[in-house]
Amino acid sequence: MILRKGIQVIDQGDELGFWGGKFGGNFVPETLKKPIEDLEILFNKLKKDKKFIAERDKYFKNWIGVPTRFIKLKNLTKHVGGAQIWSKVVSDANGGAHKIYNATVHCLLAKRSGKKIICGDTGAGYAGKMLSMAAKKFGLKCKIFMGAKDIERQQPNVRAMKKNGAEVIPVYSGSQTLVDAVSECMRFWVANCDTTAMCVGSTVGPAVFVRICGWSTSQISRELKVQLIEEFGSIPKKLKLYNCVGGGSSSFGFWNEFMDYDKKQCEFIGVEAGGPTKSKRHAAPLTHGSKIGILHGAAQYVNQNSDGQIEETESISAGLDYPGISPLHCFLKDTKRARYTAASDEEALKAYKLVTKYEKLRPSLEPSHAFSVAIREAKKMSKNTIVVVNSCGDAYKDKKILINRLGRKYA
Amino acid sequence: MLNQIDLAFKKAKEENRPALLTYTVAGDSSKSQSLVILNTISKYADILELGIPHNTPVADGSQIQTSAYRAIKNGIKIEDIFWIVKKYKKNKNSKPIILMGYYNMIFQYGEKKFLEKCKRVGVNGLIIVDLPWPENKSFTKKCIKKSIYLIQLLSPTTSKERLNKIIKDSHPMNYFISMLSTTGGKLKVSPKKIMSNYFKIKKINPKKNVVIGFGITEKSIKSLKKADGLVVGSAICKEISVSIQKRQNPVTNVANLVKKLKNKIL
Ligand SMILES: Cc1ncc(COP(=O)(O)O)c(C=O)c1O
Repeated sequence: MILRKGIQVIDQGDELGFWGGKFGGNFVPETLKKPIEDLEILFNKLKKDKKFIAERDKYFKNWIGVPTRFIKLKNLTKHVGGAQIWSKVVSDANGGAHKIYNATVHCLLAKRSGKKIICGDTGAGYAGKMLSMAAKKFGLKCKIFMGAKDIERQQPNVRAMKKNGAEVIPVYSGSQTLVDAVSECMRFWVANCDTTAMCVGSTVGPAVFVRICGWSTSQISRELKVQLIEEFGSIPKKLKLYNCVGGGSSSFGFWNEFMDYDKKQCEFIGVEAGGPTKSKRHAAPLTHGSKIGILHGAAQYVNQNSDGQIEETESISAGLDYPGISPLHCFLKDTKRARYTAASDEEALKAYKLVTKYEKLRPSLEPSHAFSVAIREAKKMSKNTIVVVNSCGDAYKDKKILINRLGRKYA
Repeated sequence: MLNQIDLAFKKAKEENRPALLTYTVAGDSSKSQSLVILNTISKYADILELGIPHNTPVADGSQIQTSAYRAIKNGIKIEDIFWIVKKYKKNKNSKPIILMGYYNMIFQYGEKKFLEKCKRVGVNGLIIVDLPWPENKSFTKKCIKKSIYLIQLLSPTTSKERLNKIIKDSHPMNYFISMLSTTGGKLKVSPKKIMSNYFKIKKINPKKNVVIGFGITEKSIKSLKKADGLVVGSAICKEISVSIQKRQNPVTNVANLVKKLKNKIL
């Protein structure tokens, strides 16, 4: 399996949409073949269209607010005592997380295709919140599918969606989390694809959704590259990019522009959710060597039993609580371009405490997973190593969990 | 040699009616009861579809989902499904069996091993909801080597050009999805419109049998009787759920329902 240079990873899939010949694809009901093909044609055309790109950039700049900050965490660096720890504060983006890029692009595509309604899934509620914002901005009706358990634990984002006029549809099947929300959203699309566009909230789902999402979040690394050069004069000799991985959209976007650098210079570290220390359940298919299987239309490493039933996951962070992982990351793992590991619930909480103690930064529970591993590893690194953690979400949505687990003082 | 599926269509045509196809979920509500249901409805149905329950079924509505989750909760495993088919096929009045499921289950079992096992226990056809054409081309070939039909799904969204290609590569039986819907949706298109779409497909190759499914109930079945075959699934799954709720015998209730369905198309 080879990762090619000089060609965007999102465009390295084969004719049937498989990366490395085996990850991704389109395992979808016949009814969705046509709408997916239509979307593919539209996206392939528009992503080369200068006018469309200008339109995207206009909204990214004026509405999302790019670039997001790139800051040195001086106190944390001093406390840890090793590599320099920096953060790309993607939570600066309008709405408070990276999900806004994909949501905006999907709404622009929906407008071009003449659709009046857009549906989407959400776990942490950010994908839903951002889609509701973008839908409102572009005059689309919005339906969000969300697991009942996630509705309960991510209330601030649910309120935001409703305020933006979206209909939030609770999903009660299975584990009542993200996996079930994506399934239900796909079902809704099967029944309404003639009038409705679908936005998949991460780099998962049928191949075209993986590509659109990766294309959208790549804004993060485009900015970071410029910011690194501004700060250091060139891309640092030892650069380590840490990112949490749920479906994999923030991490892919955080890494994309650095793909062709040697991994000795730019190393990518993906941090999955290890779940509670005392539980066997986790949301870390890459770390735990889960077998390849099919979930939500794509072949990927996925937590499943020997019969092929998808296994329930467990994580304190709703955004990472997903049994599968983007085909792009399966590809980056098998080509050894990126390295994957996991942090437990407790480790993420500990990292959150540490970061908020030393810095004016409140990463949500998802990026706290990435901070945990970054802090652990930075200790052992030289001072000229540049560690950058993507702080891709704000902890406001996690207030309830933080009070519960750490007490009022931290929330 | 004709596949048993062809014989079932032939017999129905001789009787001047569409074939009646039922869909139940293997292991709903238990392994043994699911077998008893198959044995009982064989008297009325021409072809039996048996669902392989999956816990992430992206094309199924709530009724079939409920049946599938119930079967999984009651411990059904893929080997049990083969056991059910094997036992069922010992019944001298047995009808053709079509297994219907999602690709991951087959992928985990191994395509080759799965087909060998299907052949051994007497499965006559397969429907894989999320392995569409052209992704299923190589699997289609493997199936025919074992004389098992891989039934292609055709949808109202399938373009003319694509229909031609799919039907050209297809086995003698295909399945037309009546409307844009998951299984179990309310029939939101008029039967007239469905039949007009149906005949367009039928014209492409009149020799291939095409059945209609999705949203068919006791109410609507009669209006679609010009088709080669009609599939009723969610209505039966719902009958099982309701029977359990009311503490009635699902076997008798399902048998009565299938009998009524049959009477409507005679
Ligand atoms: C703040 C935040 N980070 C990370 C994720 C995980 O998703 P992904 O891996 O696609 O970035 C989510 C998902 O909801 C999120 O809200």
